[in-house]
Amino acid sequence: MVRVLINVPKQIRANEPFDVKVLISHPMESGQRRDQVGQPIPRDIINHFIATLDGETVLDADFFPAIAANPFLSFSVVAEKSGTLALTFVDDHGVTQTELAAITVT
Amino acid sequence: MKRVLPLTVAAALLLGAGERRSGYDDAGPETRAMQDDDAANPAFLWVQQGESLWAAVEGAAGKSCASCHGEVARMRGVAARYPAFEPKLNRPVTIEERINLCRVDHMGAPALAWNDDGLLGLSSLIGLQSRGAPVAVEPREPLLSEGAKLFRERMGQLNMSCAQCHEDRAGLKLAGSLIPQAHPNGYPEYRLEWQGMGSLYRRLRNCMIGVRAEPFPPNSREAAALALFLAVRANGMKVETPAVRP
Repeated sequence: MVRVLINVPKQIRANEPFDVKVLISHPMESGQRRDQVGQPIPRDIINHFIATLDGETVLDADFFPAIAANPFLSFSVVAEKSGTLALTFVDDHGVTQTELAAITVT
Repeated sequence: MKRVLPLTVAAALLLGAGERRSGYDDAGPETRAMQDDDAANPAFLWVQQGESLWAAVEGAAGKSCASCHGEVARMRGVAARYPAFEPKLNRPVTIEERINLCRVDHMGAPALAWNDDGLLGLSSLIGLQSRGAPVAVEPREPLLSEGAKLFRERMGQLNMSCAQCHEDRAGLKLAGSLIPQAHPNGYPEYRLEWQGMGSLYRRLRNCMIGVRAEPFPPNSREAAALALFLAVRANGMKVETPAVRP
């Protein structure tokens, strides 16, 4: 299990954009480094990230090497009504993890 | 001339006090922005881990940190006093050493390694409770003098002392990087260069390897002495834990 911090504003107005901030604890090993005995360190990055709001995709991103460890993402979302934001990411080991955050529209 | 000299000395002392700069003051705007926004500060991933460990029961005694200490908010101001005196070792210990002593003596759990993410999580969680409070470490002898001596002692193949960089050349550049004044008010901190979290011990270790010296062992008297000296030197500065540094 990877640790994830999701930050959404407490007060969200309908049809007005708000910022979602996400921190994911991940080594994001680029695959271009070698260890102390010269063996290549296999690539281990998050390669795909999808954010959905009540099933509707709001962000779909492919990740590549050269992203620092513990990546920080910030993106804007517009919501019409309260719902659940689901953040799903896949890493090079094929591990898929989904984190949920409640969106409360006032 | 005789009348002017004491004034000049006083002015120089005041100037010296006014010029104490935290690493935050010298960091770039992007790094400062990361530290200012808890949602963007990667150190909070460790704080989150610390929160779950605070309440996790471990060891033979069947206790967690919370069993004795209660809510972590009650630890406000605690980290600002460390390194603090520990009668069992008859010397001041760092907050990480204190956590491990608690684990071994009161929880019956094994001590965590100096670079263990859980230990860093706990110490950053406890440090966070003191954020904004002034560093207030007791200048306890004889360890303080030992630390002061180590700070000015040349070491390693490069034959350099801490003071040569962090006092004499603070504010100048080492390669492309600014040399900070070495105030430990943000530890444990997230260092972008490390792409991870590190304690003050990790910083000391890195500096010592940098001058090609044998690093002091973790939990050693020497490491605690240097930590105590640096903390007393930073007394009165604001705790920034968990800080972000370049």
